[in-house]
Amino acid sequence: MRPGFETGHELPSAGSPGEPGAAVTPQNGEYTISVRSLWKVFGKNPERALEAQNLQKSKTKIQQELNLVVALKDVTFEATTGETFVVMGLSGSGKSTLVRCLIRLIEATSGDILVDGENIIDYDSNQLRNFRRSKVAMVFQNFGLLPHKNVLDNAAYGLEVRGVGKEQRYEVASEMLAKVGLTGWEGSYQRELSGGMQQRVGLARALALDPEILLMDEPFSGLDPLIRRQMRGELASLQEEIQKTIIFITHDLDEAVTVGDRIAIMKDGEIIQLGSPQDIIMNPVDDFVKEFTQGIPKTKVINVASIISEPELIIADWRRIEDLVAQMDRAGTEYAICVDTDNKYIGVIPKQKVTLLAGRPAGDLTDILHTDVATVHPETLLEQALAALVDATIPIPVVDGSNCFLGVAAQRDILMVIAANL
Amino acid sequence: MGIKFRKIANLITGKGATRASENAERIRKMAIIAAVIGIALLASFLVHKYGVTGALKYPTNLGPELTGLLDGGFQWILVNGEWFFDAISDNLKIALGKLRDFLVWIPWPVVVALIFLLGWRIASFAVGIASALGMVAIGLVNLWEPAMVTVAIMMVSVSIAIAFGIPMGILAASSNSVEKLLRPVLDGMQTMPSFVYLIPGIMLFGLGNVAAILATVLYALPPCIRLTNLGIRQVDPSVVEAGRSFGSSPFQLLYKVQIPMAVPTIMAGVNQTVMMALAMATIAAMVGAGGLGIEVLRSMGQLEEGEAFVAGTAIVIMAIIIDRISQGYVLSRSDS
Repeated sequence: MRPGFETGHELPSAGSPGEPGAAVTPQNGEYTISVRSLWKVFGKNPERALEAQNLQKSKTKIQQELNLVVALKDVTFEATTGETFVVMGLSGSGKSTLVRCLIRLIEATSGDILVDGENIIDYDSNQLRNFRRSKVAMVFQNFGLLPHKNVLDNAAYGLEVRGVGKEQRYEVASEMLAKVGLTGWEGSYQRELSGGMQQRVGLARALALDPEILLMDEPFSGLDPLIRRQMRGELASLQEEIQKTIIFITHDLDEAVTVGDRIAIMKDGEIIQLGSPQDIIMNPVDDFVKEFTQGIPKTKVINVASIISEPELIIADWRRIEDLVAQMDRAGTEYAICVDTDNKYIGVIPKQKVTLLAGRPAGDLTDILHTDVATVHPETLLEQALAALVDATIPIPVVDGSNCFLGVAAQRDILMVIAANL
Repeated sequence: MGIKFRKIANLITGKGATRASENAERIRKMAIIAAVIGIALLASFLVHKYGVTGALKYPTNLGPELTGLLDGGFQWILVNGEWFFDAISDNLKIALGKLRDFLVWIPWPVVVALIFLLGWRIASFAVGIASALGMVAIGLVNLWEPAMVTVAIMMVSVSIAIAFGIPMGILAASSNSVEKLLRPVLDGMQTMPSFVYLIPGIMLFGLGNVAAILATVLYALPPCIRLTNLGIRQVDPSVVEAGRSFGSSPFQLLYKVQIPMAVPTIMAGVNQTVMMALAMATIAAMVGAGGLGIEVLRSMGQLEEGEAFVAGTAIVIMAIIIDRISQGYVLSRSDS
């Protein structure tokens, strides 16, 4: 048996960092940030684009007729604590404009942005400054570091602007630098760092503010593919620890699927699809989205829940079973799943072991009960379920977080889905 | 006519249609220019032939009225602002005199050693040696004192120019309307012949070092303003955006992000200011400024070419020393 699976307990589930599927679904009103029909139109008298007779017109048509560029069209979404909300789109789709509107580096034409129930659109410059200094921080594609300051001072910049004393801000900054793995580099300057390290400084600078919302504008786009992948993983485990609301902008669906709990796909300033990575991959709303999803291996997003099936035989009160073989024959199955009275999963009994029962007191199944069969969670990705498949002779039991039995994932079904999506 | 030219063009080039039409277009433009010149010459010829007096002589001369007006204006300013200009003049004279006395008071070997150290540490060892040798050469031809006077005038002028120029550059960078207002003024200042700058000095302060300082300040000011403005405006916008996103106030943005990042460009402006100040401090000998300039002016007036040449060379040596050292400073700042 492979190390890690031999105890028969859970495989790494989708709840672990970096994997999609653990979509956060907060109750209404608990959102950290809520964006309500946000518009951004560039040009003279931008309100014209919002007039009733122009609402149905396409972006190109408005540009031709009114000489206005619609960058954001009626964008509505919300995100909550601990969630990584990804906005994905090609260049020119408005995603960078969107993230800048959220911190008012660009002023929206119309709409509301509610953060903790306050509309930041109504903030005056003083309130806005305080908002930027305390509740929100941004990480930029080209880092935006100060070349004349060293790494420590860069990481402490937000606190410096906030007016935090030198000693205290250096303490927080070094702590954050340690968090992103840059201990020992405090005295270095930007030009001495690689791209990945520069972005870590950018991340540390944002984290030092301990913001509620972390805006990340294509943070890894400027990095090498290898570093990019590594940074995604690090971000995911960091998010697990810090539980911020992350708004993550990217043009790469692969990245969106890897880091995102939910994904909004933007085109021409509109959100054309919003859902979990699995939603997007499995049910693309149109050809545009479909084209994106084609490059993504489906095993990365499809989880066990989609192929869960009922086993033929579940034995609830397994200590009293007497005619096990007969029952198995009647159900036409090679195994039985054992659960306790609370439907908690206990183990599996394969048919060929039942013969060992001969000469035992009736109902004593302890010797033939396999408790070390690998189990999976419904959120486990098929990709990861494959590992459990290697040693499985019978379908893999699926249990939830509190070990309640939910069903089985048959080898055949797993392989069928994978084969169909190769 | 146009068609004819086009045909000729096609015949000459004998190349592809686009090339031919391009050439034809060029020739058509030249023909139009030639026609305009021809008409202008013809008109002039006709005016002279028939003696049209109204076109040969300006009907009125506004010159005296204008100069009279200006004279009156200056007179008014002088009379009403006497206390002000006197105060400036007196203080500048005192400051300049003290500085000159101090510079002359320092023994020449000390100055040479300091110049060597400065050149070596800021630029390179070679620059240090060359600068020291240059200073020795100036001393050897007995121009040490005039050189120190020129340095004193320069130091005072450059300090004033920087004190005004950098804040004005910052102002221009932070407001588009200020920049729009300043640009034509700066353009005008930089196209004016250098001795024009002597006029306001003489008007307000009379002949002497103070007039020289005013002229030098005015002359050296534009590059400082321009390059400060440019330096701040060309700071990487993504860094400025990052600065704003962390809640920097406009003032914090300016002195924590924009100005530090603009330092290399601002220093290039200061370098230019210093060089222009040297040039003007020399010319200002015409309004009675002391220093190396007066040596050149005097010896030229007395037709002593040798002396004039030596003094002129001393100015060149000073210019090179100052330029190398300040240039080295700019480079060291932009590398880091």
